[in-house]
Amino acid sequence: MITLNHYLALGGMLFCIGLYGALAKKNAIAILMGIELMLNAVNINLVAFNHYLEPSKVVGQVFAIFVIVVAAAEVAVGLALVLNIYRRRLESNVDDFNWLKW
Amino acid sequence: MLSTSTSTLVFWFLTILIVASALAVVLLRNIVHSALFLILTFVGIAGIYILLNAEFLAAVQILVYAGAIAILVVFAVMLTRRGDISESNLFNKNYLAAGVLCLALFILNTFLIGQTFWTIKSGEPPLNNVGAIADAFLGRYVLPFEVAAVLLLVAMVGAILLARGVNQDQ
Amino acid sequence: MLQQYGIIAIFLIGGALTAIAALLVNWIIRPKLPPVGSKLNTYECGLETQGPTWIQFKVSYFLYALVFLLFDVETVFLYPWAVRFQVLGLFAFIEMIIFISILVIGLWYAWKEGALKWQ
Repeated sequence: MITLNHYLALGGMLFCIGLYGALAKKNAIAILMGIELMLNAVNINLVAFNHYLEPSKVVGQVFAIFVIVVAAAEVAVGLALVLNIYRRRLESNVDDFNWLKW
Repeated sequence: MLSTSTSTLVFWFLTILIVASALAVVLLRNIVHSALFLILTFVGIAGIYILLNAEFLAAVQILVYAGAIAILVVFAVMLTRRGDISESNLFNKNYLAAGVLCLALFILNTFLIGQTFWTIKSGEPPLNNVGAIADAFLGRYVLPFEVAAVLLLVAMVGAILLARGVNQDQ
Repeated sequence: MLQQYGIIAIFLIGGALTAIAALLVNWIIRPKLPPVGSKLNTYECGLETQGPTWIQFKVSYFLYALVFLLFDVETVFLYPWAVRFQVLGLFAFIEMIIFISILVIGLWYAWKEGALKWQ
């Protein structure tokens, strides 16, 4: 029998894997991939809450769709930023993005 | 509804698929392979949505994540490639601290999930999943709906501006 | 309801098994000699390949993918509206006109900036 806790644990595990990718990777695109995994984990939680706590409404699913829309906007701008920096520095390693450092 | 044992089996299969491919995204050294496993993760999550009676969301997941976002990520990888592709996705110097932090967060999270008591409501999900979502979009959530259009417009203009700057330098 | 998705699952598993079986049968019946000479070429009978495999793509691909992503997301909102079109009525229609016209501004901008031009 699968309960809400199973889905929450899956979401938590996916979130932690994504967080690890976002924290421990050098490549800026890999960090964006980690952030996508984290957003997906949140979506799993939202839909699981919807299904178990308020099954007659679709509020959680609507919220998850908005999260997907924001994620699409985020990944578009983020990758464009990475491309722009790459053209100037020929580098996609975040350790070298240090203009604001002194 | 599927029988309970079948849906349990499907859940564990999808969980193993999702976690294994998410780990592959993070741990592989070739970023193109990471991107391909990212697509597999997204497809597995779409299966989880179907298990949770969210059919439209599963379709959206395949359409937007496994379709558009994955393509965008792969193109960005091919545009920023430099040096050896098989060494393109390495760890930085604080990978150990990050691993300890994420493991601690996972253990804390799982512990708290076990401690919390949820009031499970049983009710019939709406028969027409898409129709219910349409009513929510164009009824109660109409303002976020229009704001989403503005957000998409701003993101598109900003992203084209940034990526075009790339183009003019060539 | 969920049982219908079992058919999709069977299709997916069948497709994967077909691909694996094709590779497996090839692996079983092929002669297992050590590769020498032209066996090691990328294309055994064809032109010699030039340059590295992982070439740098043009930025135009990215711009197309960008515009595609944004209108892909628009489809997500259009589809439920189209399903409930006859029930929702005029108010929803006007809302959807506003929604689309906001996004058409984006398309116009992409056009003006030449993002849709191949160069």
